Amino acid sequence: MIELRDIRKSFGANHVLRGVNLTVPAGESMVIIGGSGTGKSVLLKCILGLVPPDGGQILIDGLYVEKSDREAFLARFGMLFQGGALFDSLPVWQNVAFRLLRGHSRRPRAEAREIAIEKLRRVGLKPEVADLYPAELSGGMQKRVGLARAIAAEPEIIFFDEPTTGLDPIMAGVINELIREIVSEMGATAITITHDMSSVRAIADRVAMLHEGIIQWTGPIEELDTTPDPYVQQFIHGRAEGPIPAVR
Amino acid sequence: MTALLTPLGMAGRMVLAALAAIGRMAMFAANGVVHIFRPPWYPGEFLNALIQIGWLSLPVVGLTALFTGGALALQIYAGGARFSAESVVPSIVAIGMVRELGPVLGGLMVAARVASSIAAEIGTMKVTEQIDALVTLSTHPMKYLTAPRLVAATLAVPVLVAVGDSIGILGGYLVGVNRLGFNPATYLANTREFLELSDVVSGLWKGAAFGFIVALSGCFHGMNSGRGAQGVGRATKSAVVAASVMILAANYVLTEVFFSA
Repeated sequence: MIELRDIRKSFGANHVLRGVNLTVPAGESMVIIGGSGTGKSVLLKCILGLVPPDGGQILIDGLYVEKSDREAFLARFGMLFQGGALFDSLPVWQNVAFRLLRGHSRRPRAEAREIAIEKLRRVGLKPEVADLYPAELSGGMQKRVGLARAIAAEPEIIFFDEPTTGLDPIMAGVINELIREIVSEMGATAITITHDMSSVRAIADRVAMLHEGIIQWTGPIEELDTTPDPYVQQFIHGRAEGPIPAVR
Repeated sequence: MTALLTPLGMAGRMVLAALAAIGRMAMFAANGVVHIFRPPWYPGEFLNALIQIGWLSLPVVGLTALFTGGALALQIYAGGARFSAESVVPSIVAIGMVRELGPVLGGLMVAARVASSIAAEIGTMKVTEQIDALVTLSTHPMKYLTAPRLVAATLAVPVLVAVGDSIGILGGYLVGVNRLGFNPATYLANTREFLELSDVVSGLWKGAAFGFIVALSGCFHGMNSGRGAQGVGRATKSAVVAASVMILAANYVLTEVFFSA
């Protein structure tokens, strides 16, 4: 279980997170929605320790994530980045097996390659892709490789940062379906940030809406369309009029 | 009065900014050195850096040294002729190359080639979130990116300097023998006679220091790159400028240390 208590983060006078409180139960898929620039990515980076929060507490399975626990936390964790963030200098299979080729999770090279090819197959890529470099792949294939890398070490917690951005609707649908399947079969706790409503409906067990630095609304996916919350209604229907200013 | 103080204020802010930058780089260097000695180590990254920094810099360093050695022979011959001391060409070429021009020009060429490439590579990794990806894959960017490059450059540049010294002396020999009419055996004998081991060793130490500076500047500016293509471009430029200036400053300090007595 991931628990965020009063997370705050400012960049100068720009108060991005003003006290975020959110609980994601173990094995659940939480999707955080919100407009561009509302701090969704900053929130993920705070949880990961890539951006230090100014205040608040982060608990994983009831334990505070202090600096010393960061290594242990990251070892249980996988992430799909918005742009893939694949390492250009490494072939696809070494990207996927990155964690398995280095450090504490190190495995023999042949075994790591085998696992990488298996994960690539799981995300619908042929073994021939394994020896290509990221620059030789299309955007959709790069996302799949990123997904394969995120799940390679069988993580308990997975973050997805805008998983369908830049993809055509069909490829976006494929990625959404893959994420849903993988999260379900692995029983992982997942946090996805997106403003793509098709992703929300495909991936989420629960939805949280981030606006003006706080969670404005949270509830199960089934209640997303019926909630009277004006912020959620404006966002999911893409209306220019409403409590969320169109020009921010 | 305000008109007088404005430029002073600007100068003060520039000095403070420069001191802050030096402080940040010094802390980055200390952090990098600590990570060199703490596991895990990444031998694959180290070998790759060794090839990129050392092996692939050989042509540019070799050509620079060859032409510099030749030009040096011509200059010393012309200068020496003014007081009938043309015979000093072999020894001055050798000492000049080994003590000063080999390390400094080699260091500057490596700075241009390697500091820019390291800064551009790491800067691009930063703006495309590859550095963040490293962290999420339980890999410390300082250990994976900076430490191997610092070690590889510190070891590779002295070797480049040694090769450059030899090629520079060869350049002087070719010009001396073919263009200035020196006897080949006499030229080589004079080179050997006046060159001391301490000359060579001091040049190699300088090479090691310059190699460290080049990798440090490339990694530091890459890791602190701004956003987008403009940010990476600025980081690359700053890496080369800072490395070049630091090499020249370090060269003076090291020359004082080695030869002031």
